[in-house]
Parts: sequence; C-alpha cells; structure tokens
Amino acid sequence: MTDDGLDGDGQGRDGAAARDAGDGGTDAPTNDGQRFDRLPATAADRVVDGRATRREVVDWWVDRFGLEAATFDSHTFWEKGAGKVWAFAGEVDSPAGVEGLGMTFLRTRQEHWKPTTNAVQRFGRAATRNVVVLEEADATAFLAGETVEPGWDGDWGYLVAAHDVAGGVEPIGVGLYVHDELRSRMPKGRRREP
Amino acid sequence: MDPLARYDPLVDDPAAFHAACDRPLPSVVRVNGLASTPARVRRAFEEAGVGYEPVCWHDGLFRLADDVSPGNTWPFVHGWVYGQEEVSAVPALALDPEPGERVFDPCAAPGSKTTQVAALMDDRGLVVANDNDLGRLSALRANAERCGVTNVAVTRSDARNFSLSPVGGERFDRALVDVPCSCEGTVRKNPDALEDWSLDHVEGIAGVQTAILGRALEVTRAGGTVVYATCTFAPEENEAVLQHALEEYDCHVVDFELALKHAPGVTKWKGETYDDAVRQAKRIYPHHNDTGGFFCAKLEVAA
Ligand SMILES: C[S@@+](CC[C@H](N)C(=O)[O-])C[C@H]1O[C@@H](n2cnc3c(N)ncnc32)[C@H](O)[C@@H]1O
Repeated sequence: MTDDGLDGDGQGRDGAAARDAGDGGTDAPTNDGQRFDRLPATAADRVVDGRATRREVVDWWVDRFGLEAATFDSHTFWEKGAGKVWAFAGEVDSPAGVEGLGMTFLRTRQEHWKPTTNAVQRFGRAATRNVVVLEEADATAFLAGETVEPGWDGDWGYLVAAHDVAGGVEPIGVGLYVHDELRSRMPKGRRREP
Repeated sequence: MDPLARYDPLVDDPAAFHAACDRPLPSVVRVNGLASTPARVRRAFEEAGVGYEPVCWHDGLFRLADDVSPGNTWPFVHGWVYGQEEVSAVPALALDPEPGERVFDPCAAPGSKTTQVAALMDDRGLVVANDNDLGRLSALRANAERCGVTNVAVTRSDARNFSLSPVGGERFDRALVDVPCSCEGTVRKNPDALEDWSLDHVEGIAGVQTAILGRALEVTRAGGTVVYATCTFAPEENEAVLQHALEEYDCHVVDFELALKHAPGVTKWKGETYDDAVRQAKRIYPHHNDTGGFFCAKLEVAA
C-alpha cells in the first residue's frame, strides 16, 4: 500500500466487501458480488449499504474530468463485484442474470474512486481536465507499465494519461499521479512494448 | 488424403483452390468505427512505419505486412482496430443492423463479429452475446471493452436452448448465427485445421448447427433477419442446414449484396437435393479473393 492512501486496485477491500456480501445475518440488504444490480438514482433511493448512486457516478466524471453530464444520458449503471461499477447502453431488469453488461467503468467502495482503462479510453477523449499528455517516449514507457515523470503541476490522484497520435490526443489509460511521478495503472493484459 | 478434394466438383478451378489453401493468409485488421476512422488508422500506421494495404471491397479493412504484429501497434492499443479475417467481416455486413435494435449473437466468442455489429449499431440498442465456453467469453468481454462497446449483454448458455428471460423476454430484430464448424476454410491460418477431419465429425456438428439456427429463428421476431455463417465448405454444414430450416420454420432465404467474388450455394450434393433458394447463399473460396474460405446466407422470418 502506498503512503498516500491512493492505491490502485483496492484488492484488499474487495475481499472485505466479499465477506459482507456473504453475511446473511442481518436484515439490511448487502451487495451480492455475483449478480448485476442497478445503481440507485440518488442517495434517497439507496437500499444496499455503501452502493454508489447514479448521481454520484456521473458527478464524479464531471468533476474529475470535466465531461458533460449528458454524456451518460443513455447509459445505465450497475454494480457487480464489490464496488465494481459497469456502464451499459441500455435497459434490462435488475437484478440482471447475465455474465456481462456493457463495460467495467469505475471502481467504487474505496476512498479514491478509480476509472477503468477501458472507460478512460472510451470516454476520456472528451475530458477537459486532469489529462496529462505524454511525450512519445513517456507514452511508450507508460504503456509498458512503467512510472514516468511528465512534469505536472495539477491535482494528485487518478489522471487520464494520453498522447498525440495521428493528428489528435488519444487516451492511453489511467495513471496515478503522486510525489511528482505518474504511476502507470495499465492492467497487465493491456501492457505492450510497441 | 486431402479432405478438401471432396469439393473439387463444386469449385470452378480445383488447382487454384488447392494452391490457395496451401498459402499462408495475410493478417487483416478491421477499423472499429466507435473509436476511429479508416483515415486516422492509416495515418497512425504511417507514423509508426507499419506496412499495410487497403482491401478493394471495404474501406475499413487493412491487410498488414508480414512482419507486423498488430497487437503491438497504437491503433490496437486504443481499440481503433480489431484483428479479424477479411471474410469474417461479411456476416455482420449481411446482417446490416440498425442503431437501437435488439440483436442476438448466439455463438459470439471471442467477439470479432459482436464488436463489428455493435459498431454498426453505433453502440445503441442491445447485442446479446452468448457462448457456452467460459474461457472464450472472457476473451469476448476483454475484446468488447477494448473496442469501447457498451451495448452488449453477455450470456453463457447452450445456444440450442437459449432462454430469452434474462434479457427482457422480447424477441430479437436480428440474429447473427456464426456456428461452430469443421473450419475447413481456416486452413490457411491454421494448417492443422484438417488433421482431425472426419465425415462423422461433419455430420455431428451439422446437428448442433441445425439446432442453433432453429433456436435463433424461434427467438427472432416475425419479419426479422437471421444470418447464418460458417468458415467451412461442407454442404452438410451449410446448404443442408438451411434446407432443414426452410422445412421446419416459416422463413425464407433472401439475397444480399457482396462485393467480394463468390459462388452461389449448391443445390446438389452426394445424392441430396436442396431447395433452389439456397443458391442465394454465398460461398467464398480462398482462390477467389486470396482470403479464407467462408459460407454466408441471409434468412428472413416470415412476417
Ligand atoms: C465460429 S466460433 C464464433 C466466432 C465469433 N462469432 C467471432 O466472430 O469472434 C463458434 C463459437 O461457438 C461456440 N459454441 C459451440 N457450441 C455452442 C453451443 N452449443 N452453444 C453456444 N455456443 C457454442 C464456441 O465456443 C465458439 O466460440
């Protein structure tokens, strides 16, 4: 765990929440990590303890990356797995008895929410803040999973790491900016050495 | 004995057919319209010195030079392209889905056609991507996410008795039935494809294909479209499966446009006769366009 409290993948918390899910001893509904439950619209609609709301999720992207709230008008949000929020471009009944629904989008139930690489690639093109545009050598190192020092005087925390390619800025993935360095959060399966 | 020799009576030029089957296949990528455009992909390949050639019949497909490993290029990293055999792009084009529709992909993994269909729908509406193989489904999920697709619901079931209830109970507008097959048409990519060839296997898998196509026809609405595809030449797995569908279900075969050179479906094979309508199905042989082999038919459920 890093000293700044902003760690990447929340693995430990996952385990803790999974134990909550198995706890049948109380009456309050808890998160069932095995199925898709639709997020409540607002805190007033919340039934399952600790579950993020639609409003919080949309606000988070708006606050953090400056996206228009309307970006997500046609998406519904779901939790499956502790804190794992999925974005789905449609409607099905909740709980949904399927293996996958849209894309994994945001990791919640941890102090600092963390967007997924795929969500940043899909929605990060429209971000207007907390985007760090890397020089090509840094972009390549970042893609390989390495920490880089791009020189950034903005916020600490999760940033969209991007680079210039074929005439435009394109997001690569999520970086954690702390102590003057950008730690690549490219998942192992997405790292490459071009 | 080369199992492909049994198709000599069907092809226009058997020598060219066999010669093409022995050549390796160029690697091809399809541009993902949800994330990029053909022009931008070209530019990224040029910036990176990646050798590519357009294909003449589709502006979103590029053949890559032999020394390129597509997975390591920026366009792949960004989800701008998907590695997919050229002929495998045909069924989604024949399906021609519209944004907002409900589409069924019963044998979907690892998702090359799912992602193409989702892109043609502009990521709007619903694609139900089903497969019975958990490992392949996880590859599908990763591929769909890399392409930025969010209109896919993934289910795991035997497509022969797929249930509509987890996905709202409503029937589909279209289905893309890309069944498991004997894969004869993939020999150029995978020279071992024919090692375990047997007529028993062909006949066995034809039973599975018939049942999967039947279920897809049942869960598609009246007037809806069902595309049937294999990457094999055997009429037992192609025209015979269509014949069965025509006999058992209220549906018909319809024509579709295809700019690749192709041959019509066959109506006579090993003593069997098939309905003339199966001639509207397309057979794509490797020597026709220097691709893999493929079979594709478009059906309409009676309104
Ligand atoms: C030709 S591949 C599909 C390729 C895929 N459509 C694509 O474009 O990437 C056939 C698939 O059918 C699946 N399959 C085989 N038998 C099945 C069954 N009974 N029900 C559902 N899927 C099945 C296999 O796991 C395999 O992924």
